[in-house]
Amino acid sequence: MPDVTKTDVKTGAADPVGATPPVTATASTPEKARSLWGDAWADLRRSWIFLVSSVLILVLLLITFFPGWFTSEDPILGDLAKHYLQKPRLSDVGSADWLGYDQQGRSVFARVIYGARASIAVGFGTTVVVTVLGGLVGMIAGYFGGLVDSILSRLTDIFFGIPFLLGTMVILNSFQERTTWVVIGALGFFGWTQVARVMRGAVITTKQADYVQAAKALGASTPRIMFRHILPNTLAPVIVVATISLGVYISAEATLSFLGLGLSGVSWGNDISDGGNSIRVAQWIMLYPSIMLSITVLAFIMLGEAVRNALDPKMR
Amino acid sequence: MGRYVARRLLQMIPVFFGTTLLIFLMVYALPGDPVRGLFGDKGGSPQVIAALRHEYGLDQNIFLQYYHYMKGILLHADFGTQIASGRPVTDVLGDAFPVTLRLASLAFVIEVVLGIVLGIVAGMRAGKLADNAVLLVSLLLISVPVFVLGFILKVVFAFELNWLPPNVNDSTNYNELLMPAIVLAAASLAYVTRLTRTSVAENLRADYIRTAIAKGLPKSRVVGVHLMRNSLIPVITYLGTDIGALMGGAVVTEGLFNIQGIGGTIYESIVRREGTTLVGLVTILVLVYLLANLLVDLLYAVLDPRIRYA
Repeated sequence: MPDVTKTDVKTGAADPVGATPPVTATASTPEKARSLWGDAWADLRRSWIFLVSSVLILVLLLITFFPGWFTSEDPILGDLAKHYLQKPRLSDVGSADWLGYDQQGRSVFARVIYGARASIAVGFGTTVVVTVLGGLVGMIAGYFGGLVDSILSRLTDIFFGIPFLLGTMVILNSFQERTTWVVIGALGFFGWTQVARVMRGAVITTKQADYVQAAKALGASTPRIMFRHILPNTLAPVIVVATISLGVYISAEATLSFLGLGLSGVSWGNDISDGGNSIRVAQWIMLYPSIMLSITVLAFIMLGEAVRNALDPKMR
Repeated sequence: MGRYVARRLLQMIPVFFGTTLLIFLMVYALPGDPVRGLFGDKGGSPQVIAALRHEYGLDQNIFLQYYHYMKGILLHADFGTQIASGRPVTDVLGDAFPVTLRLASLAFVIEVVLGIVLGIVAGMRAGKLADNAVLLVSLLLISVPVFVLGFILKVVFAFELNWLPPNVNDSTNYNELLMPAIVLAAASLAYVTRLTRTSVAENLRADYIRTAIAKGLPKSRVVGVHLMRNSLIPVITYLGTDIGALMGGAVVTEGLFNIQGIGGTIYESIVRREGTTLVGLVTILVLVYLLANLLVDLLYAVLDPRIRYA
């Protein structure tokens, strides 16, 4: 949007209908006048939930991008001589294969490390797709109202009415090779409804605000009103939903893999599913990917929780 | 009230047709063929396949197929024929539905009772030890995926302790259904707990609670009537949408514990590309979901006299 930025530069700080939230409420105490985001950030830094979850997520991202830093073993190449070999002794902790080997003689530790990539990619990818798609639908429905709103809201109801897991299963079942993009597409196809509903509600309350009316009166174009004036003030609830659902999508991907309809390749869900078959002889094959998966989901849900507490003024 | 119900029922009609059409299009538009699936690798003769496709109406235009299918459901309660077995889908449904219904209701009871009690306990002591403990447990329940929780419970209670059977042989036996129901309820239980907790903690500061305490009402009445009636509205909204989700989510739980319910049938019909069975099952699930939502909206008026439907 090059012209949008141009007009912005022209009007500059004098723009009476700037994109920042109205500060009338805090104007009486100028030394504490912070925006919602400034308040939220101050809140977040003091929250232990936020600190724990961000450290966990940081480590996960390192594992995702640099798996070679954590293990030197190959996650795919198996040595059948080592099949079901367990290393239960304490002295093995820290060695390259301390989590033992699976039914194909592959190092469980290497698979746990390399499996992170699938979960993180699907989680982030789906969240981006869902937020953009749902945000657009919600914005258009909420802003225009009337017939457009009725049609888009019914459409949202329709996609929401189909059980999430069943819908994605039907799509994924028709693909032989299920790449990350296919899984992201299937999850996104049914996942956008929640963001759309949250966005629509936020837009409907925001569009009645005085600064939006002022922008309209000054002759701002519809996209400018939508994206410069309304969007910044509807982001908070959308960000909360997006952060929490990131964990939910990672969990959903693993569930699909467990049903045999998830990603092809190395992923925690596939390993848990395979390990489940030998649960009576070798619990560790299933145990470690399960622990990693649960910690990952927990980290993102905790982050969402912390962000919600920080952004929701009612929780103060 | 009557007019409101009528309007809601009318609004449900496009959603009902939209959902069924969407699932119908998805099943038939994506590659794969249930008739070819009846034959092995060698494949049937083209004539036989064509004849079978004609018999099941698969050679017609997809929208025409949808029209005939919906006409069958609405006029004769005929959900079509399961291609793999040749049985009417209503028969298959009749076998599977009660099983899932029992499982889902048990899970629902666990979710409602435990979730609300834990939520009240946490909400009344917001910020204290009990609150943090409940928060931790509910975060854990949300984070551990259903199938992992199922495996853990199976290993601990069935294989190690031998308290409960690992698989369900008799789906009318509630002892056997207990473990699957707990697994199915776990995530929803955590959400109910969180919702109740937030709502209770918020309403505890409300003026009407202070008034009720000030005029000397016993605590049981303040909590049980004044607080509960106002705090349960968001919880009931969630529970309404969750009834459908419990039945749909049974796919994983039923697979884990070898229960012959809707979940297993759905999974099978997806993998075999059995359009008619799948659409029939999803239609039922969608109906359950829509009716539960309507019921929730009507319950609002009972719980909160401020909400009135014209």
